Amino acid sequence: MKKRWISYPYLLWMIIFIIVPLILVLCFSIFISTDNGLQFSLNNYKRFMEPLYLKVLWRSVVLAGISTIICLILGYPVAMILASKQMSKKSFLLFLCILPMWMNFLLRTYAWMTLLEKNGFINKILSFFGIGPFQLLYNNAAVILGMVYNFIPFMILPIYSVMKKIDPSVIEAAEDLGANQITVFKKIIFPLSLPGVFSGISMVFMPAVTTFVIPRLLGGGQFMLIGNLIERQFLLSGDWNFGSAVSIVMMIIILISMAIISKYDKEHEGGQLW
Amino acid sequence: MKKFKISAFLLIVMLSISILSGCSQNNEKVLNVYNWGDYIDESVLKGFEDEYGIKVNYDTYATNEDMYIKIKSGGSSYDVIFPSDYMIERMIKENLLQKIDLNNIPNYELIDEQFKNLDYDPNNEYSVPYMWGTVGILYNKTMVDEPVDSWDILWDEKYSGQILMLDSQRDSIGVALKKLGFSLNTRDVNELEQAKQALIEQKPLVLAYVGDEVKDKMIGEEAALAVVWSGDAVACKRENPNLEYVIPKEGSNLWFDAMAIPASAQNKEAAEMFINYLCDTGIAYKNTDYIGYSTPHTKAKEMLDEELLNDIAAYPQPEDISNCEIFYDLGEFITEYDRVWTEIMAQ
Repeated sequence: MKKRWISYPYLLWMIIFIIVPLILVLCFSIFISTDNGLQFSLNNYKRFMEPLYLKVLWRSVVLAGISTIICLILGYPVAMILASKQMSKKSFLLFLCILPMWMNFLLRTYAWMTLLEKNGFINKILSFFGIGPFQLLYNNAAVILGMVYNFIPFMILPIYSVMKKIDPSVIEAAEDLGANQITVFKKIIFPLSLPGVFSGISMVFMPAVTTFVIPRLLGGGQFMLIGNLIERQFLLSGDWNFGSAVSIVMMIIILISMAIISKYDKEHEGGQLW
Repeated sequence: MKKFKISAFLLIVMLSISILSGCSQNNEKVLNVYNWGDYIDESVLKGFEDEYGIKVNYDTYATNEDMYIKIKSGGSSYDVIFPSDYMIERMIKENLLQKIDLNNIPNYELIDEQFKNLDYDPNNEYSVPYMWGTVGILYNKTMVDEPVDSWDILWDEKYSGQILMLDSQRDSIGVALKKLGFSLNTRDVNELEQAKQALIEQKPLVLAYVGDEVKDKMIGEEAALAVVWSGDAVACKRENPNLEYVIPKEGSNLWFDAMAIPASAQNKEAAEMFINYLCDTGIAYKNTDYIGYSTPHTKAKEMLDEELLNDIAAYPQPEDISNCEIFYDLGEFITEYDRVWTEIMAQ
């Protein structure tokens, strides 16, 4: 503990840029300015409980949930292939998974816009085969596609890092005892990879449920998600109080889901976030 | 001892950085310009830098409300902004703008008299007109057979999934208000609710609520009909001759964008130089030619093509805009518009 002072700058950083803003957001959400100065009020939270806004919340959770499930279904086999010991050129594949993340997130999303357009690349190819054109852009599917595409590396990497650490002798032992491939997967690999799955789920779900750029660009602003609602309060309406209240509700939901996940993930193996 | 050395080293680094950055601030004048996206020929900025030796930091915004919030919340220091009529009125009321010394802007006399002393700035103390125009429907003649002359076509189910609306609350609510025969500046909650219902009804037909992308979408024939600002219509028609612009018969919005200096500006002198520079005939022509909006500049207008001068999108005749209204600042009532727009978008 001699080197403790090394952590002080980091602590200071956290206080200035994380703790203080969080307290400010909380204050904005529970105080409203009236003629008699600041007054405590839960009106902003009450307003969020209107069916209209709950619908926005529900829509965000559903879309983010679907995206997370798709990421898991697509990402798990990829992580398994990457971690399997027979795999040569493993680092190259891993590199391919991470490569898109080197490019700016906005640019990649804009690129999808031009691909999905009515006169875009995909419809051009389809029309070559005499099908279409389809309206691929500006619907729920486009938003989900954008989320899956942008966040899938966050699913693959934690699962991969957990699987890589599974001791091969455990699998060999199971095989020696007569388990076939399916049983090995069911009884050994999958349970041991669960910590990675849980942190993958939370690392995909959290950014997906709060994103506002993807629904704006690929959803055409029609599918207002919770992130858009918050953005709108801060940037357009200037209603910081309501925006803060929505942010706090969102944070509470994320904290609860994190708590549930960490309850299942007792070993803390999957590249922990907390 | 080691700890002391490290802190001393850090201190020296920090001091030298602060001294160096102090230097650069003294030697180089900087002008912070905050403009609408795609609303200037950017080579003009370079021209200003070269001529006056002042570095221009150029940022853009998508709606008046974006800009207002950023100025209002402080923390940013812009020297020149380009608000629209109702926003100028609101910002004057809230002391967010400072007076412009017109003596420093000799080119001001080149601005057409009819654009001076308008209601939003009665004595023309705070703003210098930059561009003006209307809001209307841009449509693709190959995709729409019937004549377009009314906002009602944006509610026609035949064009489901082919309509683009503006992601800008006063403009889009304004479209619905005009369609229903109300004023764009209504303060009647009942009328506003009817407009809201109309826009909610329309929502399934709308392909997307867009900002500046509307130009790319219409040029690329992604949609048949779009609500656009007139200058964007001119720019689109230039790229795609199938497009046509119309000001609906129910009337629409007539707007003016002007240059203004926020009260928080750090460099008023350079701001006035910049405003004067943009009012220079050659520069005003260059900007008008590039962005396609209608110029209030008398000499720049004379330099334009005959064809453009006869284009209703660029220079509408008085009878085309007889039903048009200018936006007024609605004061506190604007929160009702905020609420209605949020409710429409959250549906």
